[in-house]
Amino acid sequence: MSEKPKGKMAFYWAASCGGCEIAVLQVDAKILDIAAAFDIVFWPCATDGKTRDVEKLADGEIDVCLFNGAIRTSEQEYMARLLRKKSKVLIAFGSCSQEGGIPGLANLSNRKEIFDTVYKENSATFPENPDDLRPQHETEMPEGTLYLPVFYDTVKTLDQTVEVDYYLPGCPPEGDNIWAAVTAILEGKLPDPGSVIGAHSTVCDECKRIRTEKKIKKFYRTWEIKPDPDTCLLEQGLLCCGIATRAGCGALCPEVNSPCIGCQGANEGVQDFGARLISALASVIDSEDPEEIDQIIKDGIPDPIGTFYRFSLAKSLLRRKKQTV
Amino acid sequence: MSDETFEPKIVGFMCNWCSYTASDLAGTARMKHAPNVRIIRVMCSGRVDPTFVLKAFSLGADAVLIAGCHPGDCHYQNQNYKTIRRHAMLKYILPQMGIEPERIRLVWASAAEGQILADAIDKLSEDVRKLGPLRWADNWEENGERLEALESIVKEHEEAMEVQP
Amino acid sequence: MIAPKDETRIGVYVCHCGTNISAVIDVEALAEFARGLPQVALARDYKYMCSDPGQELIKQDIVDKKLNRIVVAACSPLLHEATFRRVAEDAGLNPFLVQMANIREQVAWVTDDPVDALAKAKAHVAAAVRRVSKHEPLERRSVDVTPRVLVVGGGIAGIQASLTLAEAGKEVILVEREPSIGGHMSMFDKTFPTLDCAACILTPKMTAVKDERNIRLLTYSEIESVEGAVGNYKVKVRRKARYISEEKCVGCMACIDQCVFTKPKFPNEYDQGLGLRKPVYMPFPQAVPPVPIIDPETCLQLSKGKCKQNCVEACGERGAVLLDQEDTIEEFEVGAIIVATGFKAFDPSVMPYYGYGRLPNVYTSLEVERLVNAAGPTGGKLVLRDGSVPKRVVIVHCVGSRDKNYHTYCSRVCCMYSLKLAHLVKEKTDAEIYNCYIDMRTSGKGFEEFYNRVQDEGVHFIRGKVGDISLVPPENGEQSNRMTIQVDDTLLGKVRNFDVDMVILAVGLEPQPDTDDVRRMFGMSCSTEGFFLEKHPKLAPVNTANDGVFLAGVCQGVKDIPDTVAQADAAAAKALALIDRGTFELEPNTAVIDEDNCSGCRICNNLCPYDAIEYDEEKEVSRVIPELCKGCGTCVAACPAGVITGVHFTNDQIFAEIEGMLFDAMPDLLAV
Repeated sequence: MSEKPKGKMAFYWAASCGGCEIAVLQVDAKILDIAAAFDIVFWPCATDGKTRDVEKLADGEIDVCLFNGAIRTSEQEYMARLLRKKSKVLIAFGSCSQEGGIPGLANLSNRKEIFDTVYKENSATFPENPDDLRPQHETEMPEGTLYLPVFYDTVKTLDQTVEVDYYLPGCPPEGDNIWAAVTAILEGKLPDPGSVIGAHSTVCDECKRIRTEKKIKKFYRTWEIKPDPDTCLLEQGLLCCGIATRAGCGALCPEVNSPCIGCQGANEGVQDFGARLISALASVIDSEDPEEIDQIIKDGIPDPIGTFYRFSLAKSLLRRKKQTV
Repeated sequence: MSDETFEPKIVGFMCNWCSYTASDLAGTARMKHAPNVRIIRVMCSGRVDPTFVLKAFSLGADAVLIAGCHPGDCHYQNQNYKTIRRHAMLKYILPQMGIEPERIRLVWASAAEGQILADAIDKLSEDVRKLGPLRWADNWEENGERLEALESIVKEHEEAMEVQP
Repeated sequence: MIAPKDETRIGVYVCHCGTNISAVIDVEALAEFARGLPQVALARDYKYMCSDPGQELIKQDIVDKKLNRIVVAACSPLLHEATFRRVAEDAGLNPFLVQMANIREQVAWVTDDPVDALAKAKAHVAAAVRRVSKHEPLERRSVDVTPRVLVVGGGIAGIQASLTLAEAGKEVILVEREPSIGGHMSMFDKTFPTLDCAACILTPKMTAVKDERNIRLLTYSEIESVEGAVGNYKVKVRRKARYISEEKCVGCMACIDQCVFTKPKFPNEYDQGLGLRKPVYMPFPQAVPPVPIIDPETCLQLSKGKCKQNCVEACGERGAVLLDQEDTIEEFEVGAIIVATGFKAFDPSVMPYYGYGRLPNVYTSLEVERLVNAAGPTGGKLVLRDGSVPKRVVIVHCVGSRDKNYHTYCSRVCCMYSLKLAHLVKEKTDAEIYNCYIDMRTSGKGFEEFYNRVQDEGVHFIRGKVGDISLVPPENGEQSNRMTIQVDDTLLGKVRNFDVDMVILAVGLEPQPDTDDVRRMFGMSCSTEGFFLEKHPKLAPVNTANDGVFLAGVCQGVKDIPDTVAQADAAAAKALALIDRGTFELEPNTAVIDEDNCSGCRICNNLCPYDAIEYDEEKEVSRVIPELCKGCGTCVAACPAGVITGVHFTNDQIFAEIEGMLFDAMPDLLAV
């Protein structure tokens, strides 16, 4: 046993699916090493604990906080601020906290539109809500005032809310990468603050498929063709995001004949993930006729933002759809 | 700023060989035109990364102009065809983000076509004046009640805190 | 306080350009604005930044004020970027740490309102300041230059340029698409205003080309493709089948004599169709090379596959007639190219009111050049199609020129050649000659004197545009070919009608019909009129946007023979300067791939028109070959992994520029 006093670690789950919580277990038996090195002071998903326990900690008392999920309510923002204050190292864990992730696609609408869908137009909820009730921030009850978190119009990433020290990309992050991060923390060999802990190349680097030169006459949806298992999916017309997506997953999806959807986010130094795909794909569309070009794009990419910014809309340069005032 | 006095801020990317030279020619020939387009020189319109366009919008541009050599006349043979495709892609995508496709314009002007470029600048400025400001930076203004809500959480927690410090 | 060594210290220099800029832009306010920008150590405004004292000012400041970045807000970088880079270099600063803000061409000269102009100028300055702070010191690369020049076009321009280069001991490849060199000049009889015989002055030059060891002459040949860049072009030339071997033929013309066509039957192109030739013919007597050519359209063997082939027999053992000859492609490496592709004479048949092609005695000036030429179809006799000598001749000026329906420009040579033709026709026929002109333009050396001389010779001048040419109504039931000219005499202020028996249309000069293809092939631009665009109308009149390609003659713009010869020598000198130095410095703005992080996705592989991107199969990465990269940046913009850098046009530099351009949209950008 080490003489060193154990560190303190926290986990938090904001706007995300919960997959990141499970992904932590991908480190397998090494979880015991983590347990040996750290006391888990806060992990609502796995251990009993209360926010007030965190509030009671001294500032910077938590050595490492792995924060997953985007910020879309006042409660999540509060927790992000709290954990930032209490943690020496705050890690944005997974694509939602790093770049908004799937919840970030809510930035194509706003609170009103989302609530309309959920409480009014959705066939599952509407019949049970004939009076069109909506969540209220404050509700007066005989026992006192009840508060619900405020639901924001715009989903934010963790670093649009508080300062973030490191990023672990992925939906969810890969076990090896998590372990690499933990090791770095344990050994005090962390990279420069602000870094993404991961590769500086893209998924093609890890993809074993044979690539030749790219010319695309038509984009196919995944259900339209049965791809050849050995050649580049993009060259077969499947919109594979691997060209632009940070390596580190071992090309998991292309490996099983499914195009990369970009969960590991953009490569090092890239400002806007979608723009990289837009530019690269537009460059290799095999037509010089403006009408045909429009047709190829329209036919093959019915939901461009969902395709190019599936995980990164909140972190993109434009962040969200234009709000009509 | 009232809409009557709104003057769009437009970032223009122009290729060294044709459109930037055309812009210079418009100057040499004193072809007066709208002052709204601020001009960035690139070697080829093929250098214009969609990121530049998105960056310009995100920083407050009301429109973006990309100007290159005529198709077939590219100084780099056919690189402006890549520009055509990237522009087509951007025009297709931007409406999904609530940006009118008229706010990104691709024009061709040869080195001799100062007037064509000047006219294109006038036209774009006029069109965007009608569309009104984009003001992208205001687009994620926080919800009004956000700070209040955060304060109320702090207050609520303080009140509920049963442990002495 | 000692500034840290790596502290960015930007000097901003706002030029008044006399009053070109300062009349519209408040230059002091602009300098004041620049002073407030981050990292700006000083900002000055000055009357002429490009002047010696202006340059000295910058040099002194670089030394005294320890500036390490320079922004010059002045004219277009296309004009003076090189100047200010040199200034920086002289002061010991890397030349690439300079950025210009174009506030003259793109602001002061195009903006009326001073408030608007100042706002736009501020944006351009803020952008330049932010950009320059991201600049890196760069080194220029140099390439070896192949010491050989391609000259395209064998008219007087191409001939002159080739001879000058050959004289300097340089190898020249001269390509002419017609069967002989000589061009338009070889069709003329005399030249204005000296009236020296065109053939007498041109033929020796043509022969010199043939005899010059340094010149490889390829007639009846066309450029197939041009690859590469300044210093090293690879040129493919299609040598069209002439069906007579240039190597074996001695020019005895026995093949022509013995052709199964005993008499010339087909219109001779060189004589503008006024004379006739056989299928095998010599384009004109002084043709160089002096080798006949067989026209496959009219040769029975080549068109129908059936002929006695007398020509083959006539040539005998020499075996120079090769009826099975095919086009061949030859490849050359050259360091520089001179384009001297000449012009086309305006075709007046598109103007029905002048009757060309319909009225037999309406001629173009070029046709008349052939008629008065001793080597022409009439042996120099000026006769009409019916063999008669004209008694009254009108020369119609500005046909196709100075006419908004055709060409708005003045063709420059027509007034003078019209005077020359007036003189020659008068001399040969003693006819009454009328010149109908809009304005007489006789501004060259000896031109006005010649004009006076021709007036003294009794040639009539009518100031007015000819509106209509029609046949004189039949007299006694007989229709003659005499014509009535209707002209609005602007000096008399009335419409005049008079009869003539010959009309000479002084047709203008226009670009060759394949100008567009040629322009693309050589990476040039065209002006609105369709002539090839020089790099700068005053200061680089023979250079083009393509560094190794130079222009000579009318293909660049209308001009007469002396100007053409002078320009040809200028182009030769420019080409000589390039190849004689032996190296050429390339701009360092190429693309660079970070191989360590390239995933080898191969998106970029197909994008480069110069094949400058190679794929390393073993390492599975792509790589830019710097010698081939021309720095367009298309691959940089395309790289999905963002691992290609466009040197001197990096993302960070352009982002910084965008930020600066929008300084007033997001004011917080001003604070670092």
